[in-house]
Amino acid sequence: MEVLRIATSGSVDDGKSTLIGRLLYDTNSIPQDKMEALHAASKRKGLDFTDLSLLTDGLVAEREQGITIDVAHIYFSTPTRKYIIADTPGHIEYTRNMVTGASNAQVSLILIDARKGIVEQTHRHFFIANLLRIPYLVVCVNKMDLVDYSEARFNQIVEDFQVMLSNASFKGQEVKFIPISSLYGENVASRNGTISWYQGDTLLEYLEQVSFDHEDNQHPARFPIQSVIRPRTTEYHDFRGFAGKVASGHFNVGDEVISLPSGQKSRIKTIEQFEKQLTVAHARESVVITLEDEIDSSRGNMLVKTTEVPPQLKEVSASICWMDQQKLTNGKTYLLQHGVNRVKAKVQQIQYITDVTNHLQKADKTEMGLNDIGKVAIKTAAPIFADAYQNNPANGAFILIDEFNNTTVAVGFID
Amino acid sequence: MTNQINWEFPQALEDEAIYILRETVAQFEKPVLLFSGGKDSITLVRLAQKAFYPGKIPFSLLHVDTGHNFPETIAFRDWLVNTLGLDIIVRNVQDSIDQGKVQEETGKYASRNALQTVTLLDAIEEGKFDACIGGARRDEEKARAKERIFSVRDEFGQWNAKMQRPELFDILNGKINIGENVRVFPISNWTELDVWNYIVREKLEIPSIYFSHEREIIERDGLYWPYSSFLNTTADEVPFLQKVRFRTVGDMTCTAAVLSEADKLEDIIAEIMEAKISERGARIDDKRSEAAMEKRKQAGYF
Repeated sequence: MEVLRIATSGSVDDGKSTLIGRLLYDTNSIPQDKMEALHAASKRKGLDFTDLSLLTDGLVAEREQGITIDVAHIYFSTPTRKYIIADTPGHIEYTRNMVTGASNAQVSLILIDARKGIVEQTHRHFFIANLLRIPYLVVCVNKMDLVDYSEARFNQIVEDFQVMLSNASFKGQEVKFIPISSLYGENVASRNGTISWYQGDTLLEYLEQVSFDHEDNQHPARFPIQSVIRPRTTEYHDFRGFAGKVASGHFNVGDEVISLPSGQKSRIKTIEQFEKQLTVAHARESVVITLEDEIDSSRGNMLVKTTEVPPQLKEVSASICWMDQQKLTNGKTYLLQHGVNRVKAKVQQIQYITDVTNHLQKADKTEMGLNDIGKVAIKTAAPIFADAYQNNPANGAFILIDEFNNTTVAVGFID
Repeated sequence: MTNQINWEFPQALEDEAIYILRETVAQFEKPVLLFSGGKDSITLVRLAQKAFYPGKIPFSLLHVDTGHNFPETIAFRDWLVNTLGLDIIVRNVQDSIDQGKVQEETGKYASRNALQTVTLLDAIEEGKFDACIGGARRDEEKARAKERIFSVRDEFGQWNAKMQRPELFDILNGKINIGENVRVFPISNWTELDVWNYIVREKLEIPSIYFSHEREIIERDGLYWPYSSFLNTTADEVPFLQKVRFRTVGDMTCTAAVLSEADKLEDIIAEIMEAKISERGARIDDKRSEAAMEKRKQAGYF
């Protein structure tokens, strides 16, 4: 059974929570006791309708303020798929949480209030979805009931959105526009015929058929080593296996591999998944690989095929999103974590900061603040073996960690 | 929409959980697995077995025994530990009570559920554990839906929900300051149904109370409470025999039974698919207030 991960973003006002509530409700995913708790909580707040946002806003502070602060994860299934929705905040102050929620998504769901059209948040959400190269974008034009289900209004918003698309740096996203009314459930999981001029898929129909032709499998093979398994028991006295999750591509038994950074070569002897022996390991599978020869490899190293060696980088140019209250300053040292490998790194230059609402680049900046997105030059203390994010996302991203307070301060996408 | 059952377990969830467990062992000095004897922690034990095979599980289990557990759960725990040759540390809430660190609740809703947090935090400090692996799932409860995979807790075990570290892609940052520890949730993205499908696929043994059995119960507030010497009952609460099972396993004082004839895993799954009540709907500890779970998490509950 496949898992489809969706990231949604927006504020309570644009009907995002109602939309998610609608998806859950129409797929029979809200149990009766949770529904009753929602009725009761809505009543206590003095509302005369059931506020479905209370379902996802799980923190006291969120319910008090009626806003989403952090990512909530919501689950539902159909007979075809398991869905994970990362419901992320849309406010500028929580951009970092939006990036967090979007980083694992295959579908970005953007909600637009039909009355308001494209607003600042739409720009920000789209910019992030595009930066992360999320393959599918679904643009739901919501509250169609409040614009008399006007086809002209819908077309206008689509046109405005196309302008934004034409300015995007990554053009490979598949974009789908759907006119909906989440309040009445129109075109969410079913049709009630009020938007007769729209013949296309409902949101759920679209999600059900998003193709799963995993690109990661086509990318070069990368196996970051998490640990070395050496049981040293009588039964497995000489066993020495490399445990890890295939980041991208696939490995076959017999493949000639090279271990980075040592550069030593060997062949794959076995691929093991608990008591099972496999002939091939695909992207995202957790396995143990044993090699024909004893070579020097340990945590943080990477096995790759000798035919697909990644570039060795000590100078990295990357887009980053800054995620900490404390500003980034030129010349400060951080820990860079690329997959499971950590190296010391210094940000040498901030090239520019991008205004996500109009894509304008502001140069000559010496610091980057919380939620800023921009381009930097980084120097690492030891080489990393990374691909450009645009060629192989699974091996092209990293985080920066503050050495003093240990928190994650940035996410980066390698050029 | 249809209620058709999909019995297939999403393999991506197992790969993700194994990756998280391996990161935990690689990034921390002394991880421990919080074991309750329930299906989620049994699932974790299986995942740990797979993650480090053919090596053995490189950490201990920690069980905080409230003294109000179902005897069937304790018997199962001992059986599992013996069969798989695991290390287990057991710490008792009774000791925390005897030391005067916590006070037993009184009245008919008295439970040791909140008390166990103190015993847990003491055990973490005593064992110098820097990572506690737990079986909490995001689909269980709305505060848990906000939880990270690596969730940092301060010296007092507190969760600061508003200042969580960003967690990007599958890159896990386990670096912490002295005194802090991390709660690790490898099955964050699993649903109740995923866990059951996994138990079926892996042919895992589980405590007998998950299956239909005859038991003395009382009815209170529309729920079926298991009758035991730990439960403070009023004169009009007369126990009677009923065929029930438990959908979730906590203490005998805070876990309600469901009427059920399901005595096979397949029947349990079918029952869950049709259930109108959520899993934690049978957890009396969650019903104390709308933010019951968030409050307990802030205090150091896992």
